Amino acid sequence: MTRIAETAPAAATAGGRSASRIPLLPELVIALVGVAAFYLFPSDLALLARIAIMALFVLSLSLVLGQAGIATLGHTVFLGVGAYAAGLFAMYVHPDPLIGLLAGGAAGGVLAAITGALLLRTHGLTFLMLTIAVAQIAYEVANQASWLTGGDDGLSGYMNTDVLGMFRFDLYSRTAYLYSLAVLVVSYFIIRKIVQSPFGMSIKGIRSDHTRMLALGNNVYLQLLATFSIGGVFAGFAGALTAQTSQVVGLSTLSFSMSGDALIMLIVGGSRRLPGALVGTVVFMVIHHYASAINPYHWQFLIGALLVACVLVLPTGIMGLVDGVWTRLTGRRAPND
Amino acid sequence: MSTLISILIDGVSYGVVLFVIAVGLSITMGLMRVVNMAHSGFAMMGGFAAAAIVAMGVRFEIATVLAVLIVAAISLPVERLLMRRVYGKSELEQALLTIGLVYIVIAGCNSLFGATVTSLTFPSYVTGPITILGHTAAKYRIVLIGIGSLLALLLWFFLERSDFGLKVRAAVDNAATAQTLGINTSRLYAVAFAAGAGMAALGGVLGSQLMPMEPSYALKYLILVLAVVTVGGLGTIGGTFAAALLLGILDTAAKYLLPEIASTAFYLVMFLVLIVRPQGLFGRTA
Repeated sequence: MTRIAETAPAAATAGGRSASRIPLLPELVIALVGVAAFYLFPSDLALLARIAIMALFVLSLSLVLGQAGIATLGHTVFLGVGAYAAGLFAMYVHPDPLIGLLAGGAAGGVLAAITGALLLRTHGLTFLMLTIAVAQIAYEVANQASWLTGGDDGLSGYMNTDVLGMFRFDLYSRTAYLYSLAVLVVSYFIIRKIVQSPFGMSIKGIRSDHTRMLALGNNVYLQLLATFSIGGVFAGFAGALTAQTSQVVGLSTLSFSMSGDALIMLIVGGSRRLPGALVGTVVFMVIHHYASAINPYHWQFLIGALLVACVLVLPTGIMGLVDGVWTRLTGRRAPND
Repeated sequence: MSTLISILIDGVSYGVVLFVIAVGLSITMGLMRVVNMAHSGFAMMGGFAAAAIVAMGVRFEIATVLAVLIVAAISLPVERLLMRRVYGKSELEQALLTIGLVYIVIAGCNSLFGATVTSLTFPSYVTGPITILGHTAAKYRIVLIGIGSLLALLLWFFLERSDFGLKVRAAVDNAATAQTLGINTSRLYAVAFAAGAGMAALGGVLGSQLMPMEPSYALKYLILVLAVVTVGGLGTIGGTFAAALLLGILDTAAKYLLPEIASTAFYLVMFLVLIVRPQGLFGRTA
């Protein structure tokens, strides 16, 4: 009892202080690490761009699943729709990448709002199955509508103009990487502000105790729908980045395994804290890059064992471990992102 | 007319295979409230085990029985050591743990049997064509329908009439109350889980001509099996049977008549059913 009494007020003040001491600290760290990677691994920029984009996608899942506790297995549908929207936008409407980015985000957000309005009335297993169904229907539709999406061959043949009219997409993925990194940093800032806002506290409350939040007079359904839609917007951004940096949109952006991979990255990194999404993505993608080159099935075994271990031993992921060490060393609770 | 009969025979035989694989999952998910994504892995292990035993020169029938027993035996420690630790946790944690198991099973089957399709030869008396009332069909399909329907009847009778079945139904309705009334739910879970895994293995073996044995089997049919269970309603034998037949016939009909939208139709029906009835067609509680 005494331990709780001691730590609770300390945590409340520590959270507030550390947030105000250095503004934009997390974003600065991401940008610095990202730029350092740019100079340290100049020949791996295509991989780094993929990691940055995937990190954004996992971050959007972190908001939906980690913060609000909406267990979805179909999050990839918003990535895919954003990617196709951005590709088609560049082909038929306007080739500017930033406007295309917004188009991808809008597509993801609108689809999330529509499907969320229907799906969020259900819970648990039914909700899980419905999210899978939506993603699979989208996959099949994209596969069949080859006149629009290129079907199995993927959507290609569109060109994006220079970012801000200055940075041309080059063969070495320099622009692709820095552009993706910039979008990631800005998105991280927005999502962090959402999570730290009263609204963010409210959706965390829904995750911890759905019924109590209802009893307190919260419109749980609307708050979850808003979170789901915002998650869709950022997943759409990630999709648009995929489309613009690789100049092709494949069906794999809508596949079940993409949802699964993102989920694994989030769980390994830690779903409760936003940095977990980035840590998990980097760890997963780097190991994947090397391990699957050796033997894809050993990789699957590794992933399976990692998942089982995470659920049984380390449910808060790598960030949980880091926060534990932080609390042990400083006596303070981990910051509220 | 002939197409219609073909659709019915193919659809019903596909449906009963889905039922045999999925029914164990329906019972255990109804009982323990655990999302088990690894269930199709049991079906795959059954098929591979049978194929390996047949390859040693054992008769198909004996190999099938052995495969079912092996898988049931493997499932016991899985329930006791792993699944038990996520009872009462969130659906997500349960799903993640069992997806992890799926990956491990896939990697294991691949290193033992290779990445390609492992064929399982059926005895000659179930292969070849058969003519019923002037319509020629594959004997294999007719046998499947016979065995599957018989199994469904037996299982239903067992759950409705036996002492064990009574306990299972009581625990599905309310596990806590069942436990207070002296039912050993812990043992019940273990037995039901092993029986469900064994049934899945049987379904995997019997259905291996429709759903061929390859390491990706466990992921490929995962959604299909879960769809049958959720559409039917957790913990109901009748619901699972109806959903398996409905989805089996629907999928087959769509493949015959509108092949380009077949998989869309499947997911669309699942979507519509679950939106209208989140607890499934025959489920009692959401």
